Amino acid sequence: MTSIHILLLIPILAAFLIPVIGRQFPKLHLGWAALPIPIVLFSFFVSKVSSISAGETFTGSVAWIRALDLYFSVYLDGLSLIFTLLITGIGSLVVLYSIFYLSKERESLSHFYAYLLLFMGAMLGVVLSDNLMVLYLFWELTSISSFLLIAFWFRRKKSRYGAQKSFLITVGGGISMLVGFIMLQVMTGTNSVQEIIAMRDSIQEHELFVPALVLILLGAFTKSAQFPFHIWLPDAMEAPTPVSAYLHSATMVKAGLFLVARFTPVFGGEATWFWLVSGVGIFTMFWGSFSAVRQKDLKALLAYSTISQLGLIMSLFGLGSAALQGGASAESVIYTKAIFAALFHLVNHSTFKGALFMVVGIVDHEVGTRDIRKLGGLISLMPITFTLTVISSFSMAGLPPFNGFLSKEMFFTAVLNANEMTIFSMDTWGLLFPIIAWIGSIFTFTYSMIVVFRTFLGPYRREKLEKDPHEAPVGMLISPIILCMLVILLFFVPNRLSDYLLSPAMNSILPAYQNMDGLIPKISPWHGFNLELFMTAGVVLLGAFLLRTYRYWNVVYDFFPEKRSIDRGYQWMLARGESGSKRATDRYMTGFLTNYLYYIYGFLLLVVGGTLWLTGSIVIDTSNDAPVSVYEGIIIVIMATAAISILFTKSRMTATLLNGVLGYSIAIFFVLFRAPDLALTQLVVETVTTVLFLLCFYHLPEWSKEERSLKVRFPKMVVSIGTGALTVLLALSVQGNKMFESISSYFEDSYKLAGGRNIVNSILGDFRAFDTMLEVVVLFIAGVGVYTLIKLKEPKGGDDIERE
Amino acid sequence: MRENDVILQTVSKVAVFIILTFGVYLFLAGHHNPGGGFIGGLTLSSAFVLLYLAFDVETVNAGIPLDYKMVAATGVLIAIFTGMGALLFDSAFLSQTFAYFDLPIFGKTELATVVLFESGIALGVVGVVVTIIISISEDV
Repeated sequence: MTSIHILLLIPILAAFLIPVIGRQFPKLHLGWAALPIPIVLFSFFVSKVSSISAGETFTGSVAWIRALDLYFSVYLDGLSLIFTLLITGIGSLVVLYSIFYLSKERESLSHFYAYLLLFMGAMLGVVLSDNLMVLYLFWELTSISSFLLIAFWFRRKKSRYGAQKSFLITVGGGISMLVGFIMLQVMTGTNSVQEIIAMRDSIQEHELFVPALVLILLGAFTKSAQFPFHIWLPDAMEAPTPVSAYLHSATMVKAGLFLVARFTPVFGGEATWFWLVSGVGIFTMFWGSFSAVRQKDLKALLAYSTISQLGLIMSLFGLGSAALQGGASAESVIYTKAIFAALFHLVNHSTFKGALFMVVGIVDHEVGTRDIRKLGGLISLMPITFTLTVISSFSMAGLPPFNGFLSKEMFFTAVLNANEMTIFSMDTWGLLFPIIAWIGSIFTFTYSMIVVFRTFLGPYRREKLEKDPHEAPVGMLISPIILCMLVILLFFVPNRLSDYLLSPAMNSILPAYQNMDGLIPKISPWHGFNLELFMTAGVVLLGAFLLRTYRYWNVVYDFFPEKRSIDRGYQWMLARGESGSKRATDRYMTGFLTNYLYYIYGFLLLVVGGTLWLTGSIVIDTSNDAPVSVYEGIIIVIMATAAISILFTKSRMTATLLNGVLGYSIAIFFVLFRAPDLALTQLVVETVTTVLFLLCFYHLPEWSKEERSLKVRFPKMVVSIGTGALTVLLALSVQGNKMFESISSYFEDSYKLAGGRNIVNSILGDFRAFDTMLEVVVLFIAGVGVYTLIKLKEPKGGDDIERE
Repeated sequence: MRENDVILQTVSKVAVFIILTFGVYLFLAGHHNPGGGFIGGLTLSSAFVLLYLAFDVETVNAGIPLDYKMVAATGVLIAIFTGMGALLFDSAFLSQTFAYFDLPIFGKTELATVVLFESGIALGVVGVVVTIIISISEDV
């Protein structure tokens, strides 16, 4: 256990404490209780900045299940540090903002902050875990907490729809990522990411290398809302605005980017990786910005803009991975600039987009609508909000003197560099990158201006607004003000950020280039009249032109009807999935117990019997068997008589008692074979089950005369005799086949190993305690199942709110 | 439909205590002799079942006001959390350990963490068995 482990678990533990605190102090706004946690974590990670920038890394490992190579191991390096600072830093600001955004009277705050802290812990887990399986666990936990937060206002139909959609898509991608992880584990024999990175050269030729790459990318693309999986993000905007600012722009959607960055040292340099990451990224960047312009809802606009910006960063990671093709060299160091730009823009995007979401939240909160057709002229009523919007959207548009300008210029440099690549057949296709990037940036400029001009300038129409607009309370303004100050500050001192945060991260993404000359470029706001600057000038001119002439060219969008085809496809798949599975289920779930027994035993006969038959395992070897004694013979006769008599009994009571005879006889067998534990267990279990049977039969109708025709009885006879014969054969074959040495000698040391002389119990409680624990869990689930089936019958015409 | 159960009730009053004692004995004996959490738990629950058979549910519930669902849940949680306890000492999940102590009266005694785990199992078994039997018998 290191301090990082503990810090990682604090938010998750706090998530469980929040409801308790809420009950203890009903007058407290729970945000104040939650606020110290991200602040403490943030200051911890800030304190690590200097040692990380000096090249240190922090690791720690706690064994979880050694046999499965499951270690709760953490790894804090430059890359994870950036993300931890974003998670905790923006987390603090968002919690502070939410205190004023969410009303204590109307909202269920204990749920909100519990989910939010759960998310924070999960997200920290994603970026700090070194073990693939633990990373996956936290990855899905972020999806779950995101689901809970999107559905926070769960009485709205759209919230539930958005939550379900985001859950299905991100968890679906997560599962494919898990399969990719398992493939990596198969290739390398380890679950540790750092060890896998070290083994990179030995796995590149493996046949699972490319499938693992594609599957892991699917996980990253779904999480980071890349085309065509981006459809969940706009619907996720049904979440409260602090959640959108935090999860769906600053942190969770960047988990996919983190994954790509983390695995660049493993997969970078592979053509599939290069093309998938950069191609999907650049297209998403264009498609997101193109779709953002047509949005009428400010939050939906920001959602599409986030998609576009994520695509931008994604494509930069892809372009930068080219540097790893053919090993690190002084010629290819120029391509690493793309990764540097990606990291820089990642930080910048979190600052300006976080601020923008908060600003839009303020407008929504104080004006009552986010529809840009109704908004306008708020500049004089909300001057501070207006200033903040200008800063953050101009940064998003890529204008000086804001940080977005710097990273946008670097983005242009990177795509221009890509144009000159000669590998991966880039000499043919390379030109597409600067062109698409440039067109996408024009749309980016246009929608950034829409946010400012349509909301704050133009005519003010009070009659269309729901309440009297006024400036937000100070508390709500603090967080966006801090973010906007960062936006400006980073423009003037970008190299400080580069020294302390970006360069250590570069070293961890590109270990092969560690400290090479030219890896860390000097960021300067002015680099002469170069092509990048002219591209920006073109963006501004054309973007402004598009904004003025929007009325005339918006017919373009008619080619992509509002019923977005991908969205429609998703709904169609969902509906088909539901109806198809219903039809399939209805076909075999007939409601007749007889049929179910047929399925169960038929399956058993087919699979187990078939395997026995096909593998030729039916070997009956009686040479080692002990002779059958008289007592055993007597008991066998008794059991056989009881078993056959069951067939001819007239009442359930008799059948149960005869069944009991069978059970007790088995117990006597255990006594004869000197297994007192088993005998005791069997006796008690038999007693309890007999009582249970009698209780159940009390509720059942009289044993009706069964249909006696041979046609009905014949299949029943086949199945029951077959199952019986199979069981006997199986038991005999187990004796006949000795595939390996018996492991029982290990258990004979139980006194030394477990301190117990009773071997059976040492196995149950110590050697194989995991089995026992799961058995009791299963038993518990069965008990709860029986209880709910009997006690919680739904009253007719009950509350139907969940099924709507 | 209730018949005259005088004999059953009288016998049960004594037998239940014998069974309960035996159950506790089995639970504690499990480390070195036949017994253990599962058998102990089953024996204890058979005592409860006998009570419910001899007397009606209301009488027994009045005498032993336990929510057996909670008992079962507590048991399962004990089993899981004692397993997690091992993690605090940097051992694998569900690792058990034991040591010898000199206790007054008992002398040199072996104390093992597995007892805690087994108590969870026993509670789980008692809770589940009695929950099932009560819910079925109440559903008339």
